[in-house]
Amino acid sequence: MAHHIDIQHTAKLARLKLTEQEAVKYEAQLAKVLDYMETLEGHDLSGVELTAHAMPIYDVWREDVSVEGLDRAEALANAPRKTAGQFLISRVVE
Amino acid sequence: MPKYITTIGLEVHAQLNTRSKMFCPCPAEYGAEPNTHTCPTCLGLPGALPVLNLEAIEKTLLTGLMLNCGTPEISKWDRKNYFYPDMPKNYQLSQFDLPLCIGGGVPLYDLAYPKDAQKSIKNPGKVVKLTRIHLEEDVGKSTHTGAGTMLDFNRAGTPLMEIVSDPDIDSAEEAFAYLTSLRQILIYGGVSDADMEKGNLRCDVNISLRPEGQTELGAKIELKNLNSMSAIRRAIHAEVARQTEALDKGEKLIQSTLRWDDERGETIMMRTKEDAHDYRYFPCPDLLPIRTAPLVEAARARVPELPHQKRARFEAAYGISAYDAGVLASDKALATWFEEAAGADTKVPAKKVANWVINELLGRLNEAGTPLEESLVKPASLAELVSIVEAGKISNNQAKEVFAEMFASGEAATPIIKAKGFEQVSDTGALEALCDEVISANPAKVEEFKAGNDKVINWMTGQIMKSSGGKANPKVVGEILRGKMA
Repeated sequence: MAHHIDIQHTAKLARLKLTEQEAVKYEAQLAKVLDYMETLEGHDLSGVELTAHAMPIYDVWREDVSVEGLDRAEALANAPRKTAGQFLISRVVE
Repeated sequence: MPKYITTIGLEVHAQLNTRSKMFCPCPAEYGAEPNTHTCPTCLGLPGALPVLNLEAIEKTLLTGLMLNCGTPEISKWDRKNYFYPDMPKNYQLSQFDLPLCIGGGVPLYDLAYPKDAQKSIKNPGKVVKLTRIHLEEDVGKSTHTGAGTMLDFNRAGTPLMEIVSDPDIDSAEEAFAYLTSLRQILIYGGVSDADMEKGNLRCDVNISLRPEGQTELGAKIELKNLNSMSAIRRAIHAEVARQTEALDKGEKLIQSTLRWDDERGETIMMRTKEDAHDYRYFPCPDLLPIRTAPLVEAARARVPELPHQKRARFEAAYGISAYDAGVLASDKALATWFEEAAGADTKVPAKKVANWVINELLGRLNEAGTPLEESLVKPASLAELVSIVEAGKISNNQAKEVFAEMFASGEAATPIIKAKGFEQVSDTGALEALCDEVISANPAKVEEFKAGNDKVINWMTGQIMKSSGGKANPKVVGEILRGKMA
C-alpha cells in the first residue's frame, strides 16, 4: 500500500467525527481506492480522449425563461426557526 | 532600504443579467422580498436536479470573445465543497479544470485610471493578462443580527462569472484602471449591469511584495470586502504600506486572507494559510459537459463595437480629439446619446455637439448627481440649441444660460430663448440703422479705423450691443461696420 491518507483531516473537511476504529478502517479503505487508480498509470492512455463525464451525453440545457418557484411559506415550511420571511440560524461570523 | 516590487492579481465576480437563475428557472431578480424566488434546486433540497441556463453560458462566452480569451472544446461543471449556511447543499456548482474561457486580457484605457493618475500612466496601452473566466452560482445573502443570522435565498443560484487575472498588475492605479475598463466592456456587451455599489460586481485582491531582484513572488495576501472602486485603491495603498513596513522590520509575511475596513482604513486578519480551504473539487454528476464550438459561434455574432473601437471611430468619423472621443466612448449610454445628438441635425458640426455634451451636459449631470438616463435634455434638443448658436442667433454665453434652463425644466431651446428675449437681431435693416448712428456720432473713431486701428470695430460693436440691449448679432454688426467705413 503506497498511499497514506490523513484520514482525520479528510473527516474534518467532511464534518465527520470518526472513532479510532473507524479511522483505521476508512484509512485503509481509502488507501486501497487510491492504489487502484495506479493501475491506470500502467496503461498507455495517450490516444484516449479525456472523459468529461461518465455519461457520453453533451449539451443538455434550457432557455433563459423564468418561472416562479415555491411561495415563501412553502420555502420556509421546514425551517426550524424563521423571522421576517427569512431563515434564522445561530449567528455566524467569518 | 530595500525596494519592493508589488504584484497584484484580481478575482472579479460579475453577476450576469439573465432573466432566470443558472441551474433552475427561478427569476434572477434583485430587490424582491426575501425568499420569494426560490425552488427546491436553489434551496439545495435533497433530490433536486440542476439544469444549465444556455443564455448564461453564451454571455460568458461573449465576455471571453470581448476579452480575447480562448475556449476549450469541452467545458464542464464541478462541485466546490465547503460548508457555509448561505449555500445549504454544501457545495457550490462551479468549474474547475475546463472553464468556459482561458487566457485573454483586459486593455487598460487611459481614461480608466483615476483622474489624478491619468497624467502619469506608467505602462500606457497595457493589457492585463487573464488566467480564466468560469461560470458558477452565487450564494444566498446572510444578514447578521443580534438574534442570529438571517438567510435570504433569492440570490442563491443566480449566474456569476468569475474573472481571474494573472498576477500582472503593478499598482493600485492599474487595479483601478483594470476594473474600470472591465466594467465598461461588460456593460458594452450587455452581459452584466456591473454596478459595484449594487453588488453586481465584486472584487477580491491578491497582493504580494518581494524585494527587488527576487524572481519568486512573495507571500500571497488576499483582501476581501472591497465594495467600491475608491475602496480598492485605498485598500491596496494601505496594504502595500503595511507589507513594506513589515518587510523593512525583517518580519516574514505569511499567506493569509484579510478583511478591509474602509472606515478605519486598515486591513484586519481573517485567516492564515493553516486554515485555508481545501475544496475537494470533483466533476458534478448532475450536469453534463457542453461542446463549446457552436456556442462560441453564436456568441461571436453578439460581439459589439468595443470602447476602444468606438473611440477610434468617433475620432475618424466626427473629427473630434482622441481625448473627447475617449470620454464619450467610456460610457456606452453616453456614446449613444452623443451619436443621436450628432445625427439629429447633420448640418451642425459634430465637434461642437461633442463639446456641448462633454462640457455642459456632463458637467451639469455630475454637479446635480443625476444619471444620464434621467437627463431632461434629450439629444435632439441639444442638437437644436447647438444649431441656433452656430447660426449666430444667440451668443455662446446666452446659449449656456439657455442650456441651464433646458437642463432644469426639460423645455426646448426656442421657447426659452424667446422668453429670455435672447434672440439676436440679424435683420440687417435694423442693424444698419444702429451702425449708421454710431458712425455719425463718432467721427474721430472712424478716422482711427481708417488709419489702421482695427480695434475700433470691437469698440463700436460694443456700443451697438449696448444700444440693442445685447440682441444685436455681433458677427453681422462687424461686417456692416467694415462695409460702411471702407
